[in-house]
Amino acid sequence: MATERSGMVERRGAGLWLTHALMIAGVLVIFFPIWLAFVASTVTQPEIVRPPMPVWPGDQFLTNYRAALFSGVNVPVLTMLGNSLVMAIGIAVGKIVISLLSAFAIVYFRFPFRNVFFWLIFLTLMLPVEVRIVPTYEVVAGFGMLNSYSGLIFPLIASATATFLFRQFFLTVPDELAEAARVDGARPMRFFIDILLPMSRTNIAALFVILFIYGWNQYLWPLLITTDPEMNTIVMGIRQMFPSGDDVADWPVIMATSILAMIPPVIVVISMQKLFVRGLVDSEK
Amino acid sequence: MDKRVTFKGWLLPLCLIAPQVFISAVFFFYPAGKAIWQSLFIPDPFGLSSQYVGLGNFEFLLSDPFYRQSFITTAIFSTLVTLASMVPALFLAVLADRLIKGAGVYRTLLIWPYAIAPAIAGLLWLFMFNTRVGVVAWYLGKLGYDWNHVLNGGEAMGLVVVASAWGRISYNFLFFFAALQAVPKSVIEAAAIDGARFWRRFFTIVLPLLSPVAFFLLVVNIVYAFFETFGVIHTITAGGPQQSTTILVYKVFSDGFVGQDLGSSAAQSVILLVLVGLLTVIQFKYIEKKVHY
Repeated sequence: MATERSGMVERRGAGLWLTHALMIAGVLVIFFPIWLAFVASTVTQPEIVRPPMPVWPGDQFLTNYRAALFSGVNVPVLTMLGNSLVMAIGIAVGKIVISLLSAFAIVYFRFPFRNVFFWLIFLTLMLPVEVRIVPTYEVVAGFGMLNSYSGLIFPLIASATATFLFRQFFLTVPDELAEAARVDGARPMRFFIDILLPMSRTNIAALFVILFIYGWNQYLWPLLITTDPEMNTIVMGIRQMFPSGDDVADWPVIMATSILAMIPPVIVVISMQKLFVRGLVDSEK
Repeated sequence: MDKRVTFKGWLLPLCLIAPQVFISAVFFFYPAGKAIWQSLFIPDPFGLSSQYVGLGNFEFLLSDPFYRQSFITTAIFSTLVTLASMVPALFLAVLADRLIKGAGVYRTLLIWPYAIAPAIAGLLWLFMFNTRVGVVAWYLGKLGYDWNHVLNGGEAMGLVVVASAWGRISYNFLFFFAALQAVPKSVIEAAAIDGARFWRRFFTIVLPLLSPVAFFLLVVNIVYAFFETFGVIHTITAGGPQQSTTILVYKVFSDGFVGQDLGSSAAQSVILLVLVGLLTVIQFKYIEKKVHY
């Protein structure tokens, strides 16, 4: 039925093939940089430094990836991957937990200064970390949190986006549920844990995807506060793999590292595509 | 927008909201306040004392040709990034929308550059255009074009723009595609029956219906180009050559951390704060308008 209906405005024959061809061309153009990086990660250094480099993968896949993962340049990439994982999960979980709690407080209670707090949280929407790096750096240094996971995580978990998303969602939860819980004499936290949390499952999952990527892809902040290579995250650590001065960069290992840096967020996005698209459209609008 | 049914008590909600308020206070309001405070002083070269200069830092900045240049660079950069990420995305979305079969597959294929960090995107593009080993640079050389973004400011700008826009195409595509799918088919069919051709239908019906999404994406992409492209610029050009790719956010970093000019960096932070504030207000004005409809 659907096909028949839209068949009228759908070009057929040559037009359809042209559309597919253009679409495939677009996809290929977008993929090209990733493909080249992958090829570079499977060949030897001499093959790269004498351009043009090959267009098809070589046989050095295992060698390069093993070199990257277990020795790296300054620090094994495995260490950086671990740091990124801790940071991304820490930010995602941290943000979700504090936002759930504060959204619950704002929506389901009347308490002194409620509106003041609401606006305070709202204002943080406007302050990306890039804008206030120097003073935030000083605060974190003052707490002795340089080169630590808490320094990587805490300054980035207080954004208002998640709070607003949950607030929005809680407002759509039927009043009868809270009413029933109150009549039954359930304590607020019981209601929160037994009813509100299970209902928010999909929102939590969608938000987790977005926040995981946000945390994983952080660059400036880890660059500033991790001076110890052992604490480098992978996204910022790659930049540190380039030699200073005139030495030739170890391209195969660097490109293997960049492929490794893409894999976790890409897996998260692809495997949770539906949730992610929904979460994105909801949280941004 | 308030709940009618609420729970009693004030201690519990205060405890619930405390973590977020505490973190916001320590990592947002205190640093932002400090930036405003610092922007009013010039520290001496040894960092032992500082002198109150009122709006002196701002006056100096606004008359500083480098800072003005950085403003212009940012304007050019964000305009180009916005265009280069929205136009191809719209084009691909229109194509995908015309397909009944396979649109989902293309969406999956197009979605994942979004997951790639700007800094990594920068690295990939740097690799292609590297003056020593880059394939694209090499082929350009074969064609008689001597590519050198390390020396040529225009080429450097082009490269950071493309690298920044690349991952954003996925993001914009998702929104355009969702919006196109939501355009009622009956309207399109009515126009088709009246004999309107594809492009005519596109410009008179579809595009106006897309304008709210397009406007939303415009603001979001400008914010992205302003604040989230630091990684691209740091990996590819480090602001050079001759500051030709030093956008405002990069300048806050290079003056504050590399140049150690704290007063000026703080004043720049404050100016950026005002800019973000304006963009956020515009965004919310738009959302209000949308709720109205």
